[in-house]
Amino acid sequence: MLRSHLDLEFAKLLAAAMLLLSFVMLSTRRTQQLITLFAWQGTILFLSTVLVAHDAGVTELYFSAALTLILKVITLPLVLHFLIRRLGAQWDNEPLVNIPVTMLVGLVLVIFAFGLAQPISILATTIMRHTIGIALSVILLSFLMMITRRKAVTQVIGFLAMENGLFLAATSATYGMPMVIELGIALDLLVAVFILGIFFFQIREQFDSLDLHHLESLREE
Amino acid sequence: MALKFVPFMWQFGEVILAVALAPLFAGWIGQCRAWMQNRSAPPLTQQYRMLRKLFKKDVALAENASRLYRTAPYVLFATMVLVAAITPSVVTDLPFAHAADAIALIGLFATARVFQALAAMDIGTSFGTLGARREMMVGFLAEPAILMVFFNAFLLFDSTALTSLVDNYSTHPSVIDPSVIFAAIAFVMVLLAENARIPIDNPATHLELTMIHEAMVLEYSARHLALVEWASSLKLFNYVCIGIALFLPWGIAIHGANLIAILIALAALSVKLAFCGAVLALIESLSAKLRIFRAPEFLAMAFLIAVLGLLVHLLLGANTNA
Repeated sequence: MLRSHLDLEFAKLLAAAMLLLSFVMLSTRRTQQLITLFAWQGTILFLSTVLVAHDAGVTELYFSAALTLILKVITLPLVLHFLIRRLGAQWDNEPLVNIPVTMLVGLVLVIFAFGLAQPISILATTIMRHTIGIALSVILLSFLMMITRRKAVTQVIGFLAMENGLFLAATSATYGMPMVIELGIALDLLVAVFILGIFFFQIREQFDSLDLHHLESLREE
Repeated sequence: MALKFVPFMWQFGEVILAVALAPLFAGWIGQCRAWMQNRSAPPLTQQYRMLRKLFKKDVALAENASRLYRTAPYVLFATMVLVAAITPSVVTDLPFAHAADAIALIGLFATARVFQALAAMDIGTSFGTLGARREMMVGFLAEPAILMVFFNAFLLFDSTALTSLVDNYSTHPSVIDPSVIFAAIAFVMVLLAENARIPIDNPATHLELTMIHEAMVLEYSARHLALVEWASSLKLFNYVCIGIALFLPWGIAIHGANLIAILIALAALSVKLAFCGAVLALIESLSAKLRIFRAPEFLAMAFLIAVLGLLVHLLLGANTNA
């Protein structure tokens, strides 16, 4: 199945870079930097998809790679940049509680994900099968990011990063999802970002801030 | 009989080279930094001139300075020379290297750190104590990270001695393992922290709120200060050489090499040193100094990246065999 040793090495390298980026995202305070990191994650995803497509000779995967490039590397970061500029939030710093502890929790999640992925990757036949564990840990780390963040924009970025992890899992376990589903997901993402963008404005109008803990109290003042 | 002494000759040659080149390397980093920041650069030999000036001066000692304070610079310098003897920078056939593996090497760095901190507290000024405390904090956070980096290398190349690690690595046919990249990033972070470079400490200021290394050596003068400065530039040199040995060992003269291989290794080393110095200067120019309370975060990140490297190696590597 595996065309060359070099492809495998590259696949591993890209997956490792993806994992590293997830951790960096987990510890970044600046919203703008986070968007850039998200774009880089998309780029790595694009490269690894192209790699799988090249190695397995699946033409369909080239299309989904192109879709990744257009949507996750170009469009979504641009939209997000536009949004935070309009919201005046581009220099926002988020007070993160205790980064080392978050990192250690992340580490435990990675070990858990690797353990979880072991039986699946033995069954899979693709060249990327070793990276299922990494894809799972990217998903879990994005979850963690959504939990630890308090601002609306960063939570949305966490959500998008989670989708990146899912996509990586799909390309590494099987050769990607069927084209229809992929197109559907892409459209969903795009619409979700637009709707969430409208939400941002509404939340800011209501509370004069994008901090979501204002939403936790239901009492009328 | 004569052949038996050849490795010893290389050994001493390498130590002398390290001791002689260390100030030059520090000067090169300073020059690169000056270029990148659009300042006019000091000459490459600036460090040597400073050392000569300091050696000529008379020592001014505090009244209550104990013997510990006076011997600490010599201990520092000697430890760093010993580290230089163990680190394979040009040849790997080092007789001294059998004395200590990579873990003992960390112990040597720790010895130097303890002596420096004790000497800083000896006089009893507030700055010395402050610097010593900060240095110990950075040190105790950096040590686990560097240990993890070394464990990465041990796992990859089945050895704990730096010389045989390099022997195994430079003859290894495989392309770069992802865990090596993780380890390299973590190593650079530790290097910056341990050598009082910019994200943790700024070697160029005497601002009392931020300084770490400078606060500790504030009371030293003349030949003591010269030895301390020389030792710290040698420490940086050693760290960079360890980094080169672990992550870019190509071109080094491995066991039983002849004269030509050693000349090639020398040329390779100087190219790599020039490159690493420029990269260090670039990192320092691009980053801002962290608040002292952010230092644990920075080093926790280094530790984490090193552990991730281990994990990636164990889990991805184990899968390949399955």
